[in-house]
Amino acid sequence: MAKLIVTTREGETSEVEGERGISVMEILRDNDFEVAAICGGCCSCATCHVYVDEEWMDKLPAREEDERELLEELESFKDNSRLSCQIEFTDDLDGLQVTIAPDE
Amino acid sequence: MTDTFIIVGAGQAGGQAAATLRSKGFEGRIVLIGEENYVPYERPPLSKAFLAGELPVEKTFLKKPDFYDNKNIELRLGRRVVAIDRQARTVNLDNGESIGYDKLLLATGSRVRKLTVPGAELSGIHYLRDIADVEGIRAAMKPGARLAIVGAGYIGLEVAAVARKLGHEVTVVEALDRVMARVVAPQVSAFYEKVHREAGVDLRLGTGLTAFEGDGRFEQLRLTDGSAVPGDLAVVGIGIVPNVELAQEIGLKVDNGIVVDEYGRTEDPDIFAAGDVTNHPNAILGRNIRLESVQNAMSQAMAAALAMLGHLEAYNEVPWFWSDQYDLKLQIAGLWEPDDEIVVRGDMESRKFSVVYLRDGAIAAINVINNMRDFLPAKKLIEAKSKVDPARLADPEVPLKEFLTT
Ligand SMILES: Cc1cc2nc3c(=O)[nH]c(=O)nc-3n(C[C@H](O)[C@H](O)[C@H](O)COP(=O)(O)OP(=O)(O)OC[C@H]3O[C@@H](n4cnc5c(N)ncnc54)[C@H](O)[C@@H]3O)c2cc1C
Ligand code: FES
Repeated sequence: MAKLIVTTREGETSEVEGERGISVMEILRDNDFEVAAICGGCCSCATCHVYVDEEWMDKLPAREEDERELLEELESFKDNSRLSCQIEFTDDLDGLQVTIAPDE
Repeated sequence: MTDTFIIVGAGQAGGQAAATLRSKGFEGRIVLIGEENYVPYERPPLSKAFLAGELPVEKTFLKKPDFYDNKNIELRLGRRVVAIDRQARTVNLDNGESIGYDKLLLATGSRVRKLTVPGAELSGIHYLRDIADVEGIRAAMKPGARLAIVGAGYIGLEVAAVARKLGHEVTVVEALDRVMARVVAPQVSAFYEKVHREAGVDLRLGTGLTAFEGDGRFEQLRLTDGSAVPGDLAVVGIGIVPNVELAQEIGLKVDNGIVVDEYGRTEDPDIFAAGDVTNHPNAILGRNIRLESVQNAMSQAMAAALAMLGHLEAYNEVPWFWSDQYDLKLQIAGLWEPDDEIVVRGDMESRKFSVVYLRDGAIAAINVINNMRDFLPAKKLIEAKSKVDPARLADPEVPLKEFLTT
């Protein structure tokens, strides 16, 4: 099992085990972090927005058009913004660090 | 003594409410009772990827099955609540068991509306609401099977799209003169009709159904124009009815749904409701509504769970919804009305555009087709109700968020 390091909106950081082959959103949701993930991961709601530690950005697959278009309209958008439902967790991502973005 | 909170209905709203109660620190007993044999799951994939066989069933689950144990949420699956006693504050299950509650959440959702035409009892006629229904449809969709779909709402059309992709012959019959008539303007219906016809769907609009015909088993639809549509299976998607009976029996106010306030409270201080089953106020729209959407189920469940804990946070959001058909991702925000002025942003032919609905000079609703960039700003604009210049709005190069600042 690979590790995912999560910082909450309150600034608390913790480590959880991430199952391979599921999305980072699913890991966050199963571990009760505050991502509403209303649409269940179909890239429709942007309620699973996270900031990815800069170091990891280029290790992730690029954003697809839908993800990019949704993200860019968020007030809290930054260069390292991602929709966590669009990141599949793999062994290569062992140690990935994400910060949950503010609720909009 | 710790408090017991009972949730009736282990669907999207019930599952979310249980999770919210725990994440907000409730330490009492939570009993989540659901008639289906599955942990709470998401319904949208049922007429999309799950029907197409592209998604294992576990992927529809709202939370992993061990979540409930870990959070000490007592799941009673395959169990139906048959009665509630408000005086004694108990619920009765179909196995004779009775459980006492301090607070009760009704999240009973809705069930499909059934047809009563002659032949409605034949085998081979399917409806689509739960996992078991999809399993039945998939088993009947053998290679080469022909589908006769009744109803061109989003469920019928999503099934048609999946079936065409899998190579089945598909006929869709709709009594109204256009598809998705309840939720989109005629221009958008026309666009989707063209898409389905180009994909090979035989679309019969303005044609009602008079009977299902067959010898014990469904063989064909008989239509109001006298013609017959042969098929190996029929799939009916003609809407839903909210499961209000339990609430009705105990005298709670029911009017096209269980009537609740913006916190999900009924008039009984110990009983709350959330999801498809509620009729609730929406301050943005300025009226009461009953919605059939995931956004509503999830957000209202969170508000109701908070209210059960004594924290009042009003649920008041722009309603939104989505539907996937072929390569088209449709997102709808706000509720369309027939008198709205229509502004199209972008070229419909390009399959990436938005249709904006103006009411009193402000954006009241939007349909976004493969054009995600308009979606979030549109939701904010609907909420703000600020006036927009239709000419500028019609220019797809002008980002919608620019209207927010003016
Ligand atoms: C095929 C399909 C596709 C959809 N696609 C979309 C979409 O793309 N986007 C979108 O926003 N929405 C979609 N929806 C709508 C959305 O799924 C519903 O609005 C949502 O599931 C409502 O949640 P709920 O918890 O209120 O009800 P439900 O999810 O229906 O849950 C209610 C549960 O309560 C149980 N129950 C009822 N009575 C009792 C009782 N007496 N005792 C015990 N249990 C009981 C029921 O068995 C059910 O499991 C779709 C729905 C369907 C059926
Ligand atoms: S869960 Fe909705 S966009 Fe990620």
